[in-house]
Amino acid sequence: MSNPLADMEKPDVIFAIGTNMTECHPVAATRLKRALKRGAKMIVADPRRIGLADLADLYLPIRVGSDVALLLAMAHVIQREGLVDPEFLADRTKESETFLEHVKQFPPEWAEQITGVPAKDIETAALWYGRADKGAIYYTLGITEHICGVDNVQSLGNLALMTGHVGREGTGINPMRGQNNIQGAGDSGALPNNYAGFQPVTDPENQKKFERLYGRKTDLEKGPTKVTALEMAGDQIRAMIIDGENTVVSDPDRHHCERALKALDHLIVIDLFMTETAQLADVVLPAAAWGETDGVQTNTERRVQRIRRAVDPPGLAKPDWWIICEIAKRLGFQGFDYPSAREVFNELCSVSPIYFGLDWDRIDRGEYQWPVPEQGHPGTPRLHEREFVSGRGLFRVIEYRDPAETISDDFPVWLTTGRRLASYHTRTQTGRSAGIDYLLPEETLEVHPDDVAAWGLSDGGWAEMSSPRGCVTIKVRATRRSPRGTVFASFAFNDTPVNVLTGGGYDPVTHTAELKVCPVRVVPA
Amino acid sequence: MIATEKDLKTHTMMLDGEAVSFTEGETIYEVAQRVKTDIPTLCYDQRLEAFGGCRLCVVEVEGQRLPVASCTTKATPGMVVRTSTATLEKHRKTLLEMVASENREIDVDPLRGYAAQELATLVDRYDARGGRFRGKRSGATREDDDNPFILRDYDLCISCYRCVRVCAEQEGDHAISVMNRGFETQITVEFEGLLKDSACTFCGQCVQTCPTGALADKKALRFAELPGAIEKTRTICAYCGVGCSVDVLTKGDTMVGIQPAMDGPANHGALCVKGQFAYDFVQHPDRLKTPLVRGDDGKLHEADWDTALDRAAEGLRRVVDQHGRHAVYAVASGRAPSEAAYAVQKLMRAGWGTNHIDNCSRA
Repeated sequence: MSNPLADMEKPDVIFAIGTNMTECHPVAATRLKRALKRGAKMIVADPRRIGLADLADLYLPIRVGSDVALLLAMAHVIQREGLVDPEFLADRTKESETFLEHVKQFPPEWAEQITGVPAKDIETAALWYGRADKGAIYYTLGITEHICGVDNVQSLGNLALMTGHVGREGTGINPMRGQNNIQGAGDSGALPNNYAGFQPVTDPENQKKFERLYGRKTDLEKGPTKVTALEMAGDQIRAMIIDGENTVVSDPDRHHCERALKALDHLIVIDLFMTETAQLADVVLPAAAWGETDGVQTNTERRVQRIRRAVDPPGLAKPDWWIICEIAKRLGFQGFDYPSAREVFNELCSVSPIYFGLDWDRIDRGEYQWPVPEQGHPGTPRLHEREFVSGRGLFRVIEYRDPAETISDDFPVWLTTGRRLASYHTRTQTGRSAGIDYLLPEETLEVHPDDVAAWGLSDGGWAEMSSPRGCVTIKVRATRRSPRGTVFASFAFNDTPVNVLTGGGYDPVTHTAELKVCPVRVVPA
Repeated sequence: MIATEKDLKTHTMMLDGEAVSFTEGETIYEVAQRVKTDIPTLCYDQRLEAFGGCRLCVVEVEGQRLPVASCTTKATPGMVVRTSTATLEKHRKTLLEMVASENREIDVDPLRGYAAQELATLVDRYDARGGRFRGKRSGATREDDDNPFILRDYDLCISCYRCVRVCAEQEGDHAISVMNRGFETQITVEFEGLLKDSACTFCGQCVQTCPTGALADKKALRFAELPGAIEKTRTICAYCGVGCSVDVLTKGDTMVGIQPAMDGPANHGALCVKGQFAYDFVQHPDRLKTPLVRGDDGKLHEADWDTALDRAAEGLRRVVDQHGRHAVYAVASGRAPSEAAYAVQKLMRAGWGTNHIDNCSRA
């Protein structure tokens, strides 16, 4: 997030797009509810009539995968109505002229054809956001899990830049991170393109710096992403270490994923449970869980916080970092002799410009949000206050593209996937917590009542849902949360493996799968 | 609202004979809290709008005929306030005796919730246990609500409305409401139904603000009979990226519950159903307890660490020998702490000089 969570109580106009916040980030949503109570207006764009939509002043029911069209048209209106912030454009951005010329082609009437949202509502949304003193954007995977995920994010960036809704209290572009430490994993350098602290591996200076630190030169070329690595599995890639991810159930195109992992000569899985992924491993190593190990995790607002051990791990289970360091030592690698998590974290701080002012003791109370470039620095709750990391904010000229697969006679229904309040990812944790089944005993396919009737289904009956990649049988739930022609399911339940169906395409830049769009056929089972 | 030092010097009032500064808008109770003057309350939760219902926080203000509720009365310049006089203390004791007389029990298990001991603590402090008042009790326990998380033991309800207010103000869910008045007052949900049929999201905030244990953590109470003192360990929730601060409750080596950290920087005491109630996967019997290696029979077999780590390393070495250093790939966890992610990327970079590392953020 560019702005702190506390800022969620401050906007005049909230624009939430592709975020089912009341279910996936419920505590963050309480802050938006407080802003609404204070008088803020909220625009919610989502294909489904989610809980947040019920709270919205303006709900934009967009067709799945049509976000760019909506955002281009909003930019068009903001430009046409003279709501751009000329001072901000002049002082803080570049290439605005090209962008402002580009958006003239995309009036709301054009976007209505693609998004299904009435032109006048697109107009209203643009006017509210454009006229706001403090406009803030919130998004989650509904924006990124598309073949045009990067285009979506940059389109939101364009809106914030043209209106100057960035770098101030109650504004910003705020992605909500979905996993407790997904931010920290990237911060720590577990990325194919960056060393710790987002230092590009392609920069020879960084290569030298880390050669000095690690005693070995690392390639100047970026590594493949996980998605690519799975495609290379059994061919160029022969061994994998997977730490704490149930790849088989959480990734798109399950059959492809299983084939890939089975094709490896050697698979090491570190996990808490015998997951579907661990079952394929040659070596399974038991990790200490949350509550059993000391460490650090970084939240969605870049707040670096300590987690602490409350109980001992069961049996022989050990902290992940210890397991990895033991493997490294057995391979004869130097620099893996850490007495405890503290020393690992302190080394991370010493090599990372964004954590450089931090250490284990300093973050005891979780007061710091990165970047913290030197000791004594108070941290940075709000990014881009005076300038952007790259100097000036760059407008991107973006065109609308259809999803990788669009509905056809064979697959006439849009499936979109997501999460539910009471379950988390593949249920390795929530599925083993007492009582959760009371709230969510099984997966269901959410279908509009008219479609239930039109397709010969029944509420509570079974449907067979298929895509070009596979087929699942799933119980039907009639609900007006789904629009006509679009159905929804989560991928949480292994016995309803919805990710057998998904995986039609990937964003060319991030390799994030288009999990939010998958044309399917739904028939009574 | 956090007042700055400059604001605080703006006005002065007298509190128990001491001159104290305050900022405009502060209540007498807030000023007293800030200067560490203790005033008893039952209906107060610092995160909620002041309610003025329990009348325990009444104070004497010079020039006013009757005591006023300090939680709802704004401080004014020159105001002279006494927080503890014989009259006030007698009034508080009488109130507590009346409140206590309505309840089935005062001493509740601390596992019931974060604030569950508030009434018992005050009753003891004011020696209000004796029970001059006898007779009618209020609130009807909902034994029919079989939800696994929230005990609705309204026999212990004192109608402070903290649950109603936390659900509305803190959560924005408005699931809890009040029915009837006086002795007939009953905390309920729409159509007097079950929580699961209401707007309740089982975030547990009502449980954690309840000062008597009338609303209680059913999951934690499973461990009420387990011997040992309750210890609290401050940590961060294991689920989404919001990073809510929580206290893990343990008895010996058993995790018995979760309570929100009221001073958590990301959550200020708020939690959701997962953070509040979905913690027991940690001590689930399914947990892997020993390393496993695949044998010649194609099955996974238990092994000690040395055997398993040797096997893990050997397999990697063999692949690199045969296919080169670019034949190995690692996926770091977005769930494990940063030290794990840092160690995995260092293994790939310092070990084999490759950038063959990613985390699970792309799906």
